[in-house]
Amino acid sequence: MTGEPMVRVIEAHKRFGRVEVLRGVTLEVGRGEVVVLLGPSGSGKTTLLRGINHLEPLDAGRIYVDGELVGYREKDGRLVEDREAEIARKRAAIGMVFQRFNLFPHLSALGNVIEAPLRVKKLPRRQAEDMGRALLEQVGLSHKIDAYPSQLSGGQQQRVAIARALAMNPKLMLFDEPTSALDPELVGEVLDAMKVLAQEGMTMIVVTHEIGFAREVAHRALFMAEGVIVEEGPPRELFASPQQARTKAFLGRIL
Amino acid sequence: MLAIDFEFDVVRRFLFDDVIIEGAWLTLQIAVLAQVLGVALGVLFALMRISRNPAARAASGFYVWFFRGTPALLQLFILYFGVPQLFDNHTVTTELSAFRAAIIAFGVNEGAYMSEIVRAGILSVEGGQMDAAKSLGMTHMQAMRRIILPQAMRVVVPPTGNEFIAMLKNSSLAAAIGVTELLGASRLIYSVNFKIMELLVVAAIWYLAFTTVFSILQAELERALAIGERDRPQTLFSRAMTAMGGGPRI
Repeated sequence: MTGEPMVRVIEAHKRFGRVEVLRGVTLEVGRGEVVVLLGPSGSGKTTLLRGINHLEPLDAGRIYVDGELVGYREKDGRLVEDREAEIARKRAAIGMVFQRFNLFPHLSALGNVIEAPLRVKKLPRRQAEDMGRALLEQVGLSHKIDAYPSQLSGGQQQRVAIARALAMNPKLMLFDEPTSALDPELVGEVLDAMKVLAQEGMTMIVVTHEIGFAREVAHRALFMAEGVIVEEGPPRELFASPQQARTKAFLGRIL
Repeated sequence: MLAIDFEFDVVRRFLFDDVIIEGAWLTLQIAVLAQVLGVALGVLFALMRISRNPAARAASGFYVWFFRGTPALLQLFILYFGVPQLFDNHTVTTELSAFRAAIIAFGVNEGAYMSEIVRAGILSVEGGQMDAAKSLGMTHMQAMRRIILPQAMRVVVPPTGNEFIAMLKNSSLAAAIGVTELLGASRLIYSVNFKIMELLVVAAIWYLAFTTVFSILQAELERALAIGERDRPQTLFSRAMTAMGGGPRI
């Protein structure tokens, strides 16, 4: 194992029109580390997450995943955007789970899980299906293999989405508010699947307001506001005794 | 005293006349092949219209502007009479090439309409679908082909059915360059026997038969594409299967 962190974000800047969403974010995430990202809406959490797999290209700054620059290559000391195939190759190693699940509605649960292994990794169908079944079993959905997304509850859909991301055998998983579109009674099953993943040593960056999950599973909590990381620390300490006024105000509202 | 001069017997006799059958077959071929060409061009130009390449966008815009902005008959004349003049070749007037000219002209014309229909279909697919596909390592084209276009099809098929039915009828324009398709064939016959109304009714019956069959096929296609949807439409076929106690119920 090298000393290189799994994720290194250096001075990330991003602007949407007149709004500067990221105003110089610097962050390292170690291998096997679980980091939760908290902050009010509009603080730049989601944009930072989408920058890490280059769904959102940065205006300035660099992001390295597993030592590789994401989305760009260096040429004579300048950054040039990668060719599309290269961007896709780097993305394939970074799993992402979305707030609205974004399952493919025309494919069954198994179809969702094996689509990318078949088309991107070019796995033989038999092998992809065996792996897909095992992953759906891992998230507790072996009885829903042939169901379509419209036939699944929100919690089940999100678990399929987790299995779909894992099917590409990622070295990093990004979760963008994975439980905030769920009915309260369905949140637990998704968090449980994420806990298992964390215990297996997956590197995870999780945007969430689930304080219980952060306390129990995360190694570190980061608080973002107005495009910068305001404060960070072990979750219990950060939640018990926040130092910054903005962190205190935010935690006061959600705790 | 009002006497109606209309002989049902003539309708019955000419409904399956060789010339009429041949004309109906030509109509069907022109419509199907031109529509297939139109759909292919429609997908191509829709993808160009939404691409990041400004040259592709401009080319697609020009194509739609020109082919929607001029009559199909004019485009057919340009292809069949105009283009051969440019190349100093006046011999291209055989039946076969008129048939081909009709397919190409109607297909290219149709592509302009189809590209707007396909573009609307692509825009109807939620943006999160492209995000999800890309996050899994798919390229833009892979995501389009495997994820976006199959979902766009649900929105694309109903207006395409309309387009095809219009194509079946508008293919009669090919008569203007000497293709004896269905309407041309009936005119050919009534110009000899003067049973004008009877032969027009014969042609109408064939057009209605075609459009009815294709409406049924379209309903089946829409049901097939609605796989995974909560409110899948029922069709003649699916109801029959259910009534007989068979068929998958998804």
